[in-house]
Amino acid sequence: MQHKGALIAMSGGVDSSVAAWLTQQQGCRCYGATMRLYDNESIGQCGYHTCCSQQDIEDAAEVAFRLDILYEVLDYTEEFRREVMEKFVRVYAAGGTPNPCIDCNRTMKFSRLLAAARAKGLDCIVTGHYARIQYDPARGRWLLKKALDAAKDQSYVLYAMTQDQLAHTLLPLGTLHKTEVRVLAQQQGFCNARKHDSQDICFVPDGDYGAFLEQYTGRRLAPRPFIDPDGRVLGQHQGMARYTIGQRKGLGLALGRPAYVCAKDPARNTVTVGPEQALYTRGLVAEDVNWIAFDALPGPLRVTARTRYRQAEQPATVYPELGGRLRLEFDAPQRAIAPGQAVVLYSGDEVLGGGTIVQALP
Amino acid sequence: MIYLDYSAGTLADPAVLERFCQTEQRWPGNPNSAHAAGRAARDELARVTQSIAALLGVAPAEVLYTSGASEANNLAVKGVARANGRTAGHILITPLEHPSVSAAAAALQKQGFAVEQLALLPDGTVDLARLRQSLRPHTVLVTVPAVDSELGVIQPVQAIARAVQERPACRLHVDATQAVGKTDVWFAGLGDGVDTISFSPHKFYGLNGSGVLLHRRGLELEPLIHGGAGTTRYRSGTPALALAAAAETALRTALEQQPARTQQVRRLNSWLRQELLARPGVRINSPAGAVPHILNVSVQGIKGTAFQRALDAEGVCVSVRSACASDGAPSQAVLAVSGDARNALAAWRISLSHRTTLEELEQFLAAFDRCRARLAQS
Repeated sequence: MQHKGALIAMSGGVDSSVAAWLTQQQGCRCYGATMRLYDNESIGQCGYHTCCSQQDIEDAAEVAFRLDILYEVLDYTEEFRREVMEKFVRVYAAGGTPNPCIDCNRTMKFSRLLAAARAKGLDCIVTGHYARIQYDPARGRWLLKKALDAAKDQSYVLYAMTQDQLAHTLLPLGTLHKTEVRVLAQQQGFCNARKHDSQDICFVPDGDYGAFLEQYTGRRLAPRPFIDPDGRVLGQHQGMARYTIGQRKGLGLALGRPAYVCAKDPARNTVTVGPEQALYTRGLVAEDVNWIAFDALPGPLRVTARTRYRQAEQPATVYPELGGRLRLEFDAPQRAIAPGQAVVLYSGDEVLGGGTIVQALP
Repeated sequence: MIYLDYSAGTLADPAVLERFCQTEQRWPGNPNSAHAAGRAARDELARVTQSIAALLGVAPAEVLYTSGASEANNLAVKGVARANGRTAGHILITPLEHPSVSAAAAALQKQGFAVEQLALLPDGTVDLARLRQSLRPHTVLVTVPAVDSELGVIQPVQAIARAVQERPACRLHVDATQAVGKTDVWFAGLGDGVDTISFSPHKFYGLNGSGVLLHRRGLELEPLIHGGAGTTRYRSGTPALALAAAAETALRTALEQQPARTQQVRRLNSWLRQELLARPGVRINSPAGAVPHILNVSVQGIKGTAFQRALDAEGVCVSVRSACASDGAPSQAVLAVSGDARNALAAWRISLSHRTTLEELEQFLAAFDRCRARLAQS
């Protein structure tokens, strides 16, 4: 399909830089943009230090200059704070394990950026995600598929894309391997050819979510009891949000046996620890479901599923539930299913859809 | 280190530092206090202010002290626009403004004001005919930098003031931050169409953290910082007497020495321009009529930030856009004058002082050649 022009989402990293170059090579009119999502002060760092996001903007601008494409920084700091950071804080407070990258893709990249592209008279956006978008004339739908480079596949974080977004998004890296992308970046002399892949959540660069939550809310996380599955108090935890379902290290408990975080109760602010087998559950319920392969789940369906980003898919059966929810029953019990995380369903290399886990089923 | 960024900041004059220390020690009282120590400090502040006012040909009541030119610009732009509870109106700014003017205008735009950019002539000065067309009955404010920080263009402030004066409801703010000590063109004083003038002494060998806003008597100004009445109702807070005294010393020297210093800088500028233009791919963006202290350059095909970083690694301090600007956008000023986005992205600024030596410029050129050779290869 011939596009009128593309807005390239340039993060300053190697992937989106190469995506921009590849799109330009296709003869498409390109326009580069970096979304400014936060500044130092809003993530609790001193404004006198060079912000990593500022360095990313410099890198993106450098690559845009080299490609000789127009480039600008779009400021979404208010929207990002309102829709991603505050949700992150809210989900943690409710005892969940949030997934801000998926929220960011959904509310920032694929909606606001596409709108910004259209406002400039461009008809599509380009990102450096590793996944493939294909049109299926038989079903009359746009499909999302895994990247050919299985090690880099990012289809998990894209499950919330709508048909309109899929129809107007190009993912030029979906058929490439990361090593090829780095070689292309070096050949083009991009300043970021050797830059590390981004890790962790961008607005918590040190990975200390507890400290971030304390700074952001201005309140200390309250130490409350660790309990066992029968409700007996085992000790004091350092704030519920510091613990993740399935965590073993850093609990500060000496019980004489391995203990794992297996539940969090936001109402009582308790963290339940137990033996590893207590982590295993057979199913889950998810809400806020988005289907890509069909408008609505017609009935029970055999699928494979991921409940975490870097996880091997597990065979399961999905059932439609009231209110557009889904229920998933795994063939074998699964370890550490965390409410707040996304569950994404696949059929082979195709993403069927996904949703936000609200509950693990025993 | 070779320092060629005097438009961002200068080294304080020893006489300025001495004045600061002496004042701080001799008048420790708070000028707002109602006792002997406070009165002594207030009297000294009055003497200092009288003296600054005399240097500038304004009335002492027209001198406001701020934390710097950024605050002075914010106070002028927001304070004039929002005066008397106004919440809407038309504001004209130039593409050459410092961010403390353009961002203040952008903040007002979010709150309901309409902001429009004035057209420039090819030499970077405001197109007076277009200015007259752009002025509307509800235009409340026009801002103009007497000398802009990126290109060094000298604006015809008096002619602009005459045009603005044709609209009695419209006010004119002049940002003289880069003009004081470099040219006398801004030195029109208040009245005759100019309502506010901002500057800060750290651009002319004074101290950081101090700025001045001159505001015409009788001009309504909504304060940014509310508080006790103290010495002025337009800007609350304990007056920084020692900074004001230091500003007086810096200003006196800058005005006295300006012709001789500017002549010296003009010699350096001419030599450097010639040297740079002898090199292929180099473009001088500062127009011929600019102050000699500012020389905006681009090297074809090399991004300004990349060149600045490379020079920095060689121990040479220059800057890309104003020190207060950020992100990867092209220089609005260079874009407005050259009309070439790629050239605007390649632009960076050398700023000279009368203290700059020919040896420093020779070393700079050697570093320049090394950087260019390296960056052209990559």
